[in-house]
Amino acid sequence: MVDSTVMREVTLTLPMLPDMEIAASKTATALAEFMEMSSDKIDEVRMAVVEACINSFEHSKADDHKVEIRFEVLGNDDPEKLQITIRDSGVGFAPDTLVRPNIEEKLKAASKRGWGLTIIKGLMDEVDIHSGPNGTTVVMTKLR
Amino acid sequence: MTEMLKVTVDRRPPLAVIYTEGYINNQGGEEIARVAYDLIDGDHKTLLLNLKGTKIVNSIGISILIEIIEKMLEIDGQLAFCNLTPTIEKTFHIMGLAQYAKIFADEEVALGELSD
Repeated sequence: MVDSTVMREVTLTLPMLPDMEIAASKTATALAEFMEMSSDKIDEVRMAVVEACINSFEHSKADDHKVEIRFEVLGNDDPEKLQITIRDSGVGFAPDTLVRPNIEEKLKAASKRGWGLTIIKGLMDEVDIHSGPNGTTVVMTKLR
Repeated sequence: MTEMLKVTVDRRPPLAVIYTEGYINNQGGEEIARVAYDLIDGDHKTLLLNLKGTKIVNSIGISILIEIIEKMLEIDGQLAFCNLTPTIEKTFHIMGLAQYAKIFADEEVALGELSD
């Protein structure tokens, strides 16, 4: 069982503007490097953060046009886990009703989009989504 | 905030290699699509996308790559990839893209296979 002591914490509030997801990905990279994650794992975290931000930017319809992101390095003597919490105050959605996209169907469909959560779940070790009329919170973790 | 994706092309009819440098987001994906459709109009039926200069992509950019794959299938052509980072390759596998687009370790291997 991984100890959940917060060894290091960084919070960001990003405006929902084009390419601001890169700012979040740079913070994730810095913390993952501090944890001495492998370069492949760092890249996976970086891409998952980009996708989570884009999902909020594109779908939340948040009145404040902001996303709050908390990065936490968890562990005891050594960092063991990077936990990233991405929260918006948008309209929310029903995660259980989302259908996993299928490439065969997407190739024929007018819209090829809708891959964000599939990618996040494929790249991170744990992903929890809490969503309602007051917003959406995605909590995702990567073990070192 | 980020620089526009740079796209260059090496035409080797009927094949062409498209090189990218930078972030493949929606604008980057659209630029690749513009170049790809020009090549298709010029009778290039096999396109190799060399992503050596790209370390990060997002799902919107990849969705535009799926549009290009759809177009290539329509003309009985093919889109292939090489020099992917492990994470980009993993992402393509997660999405199932690898079923419809070949992925090669590097350009030399890709050209050897695609030129046969």
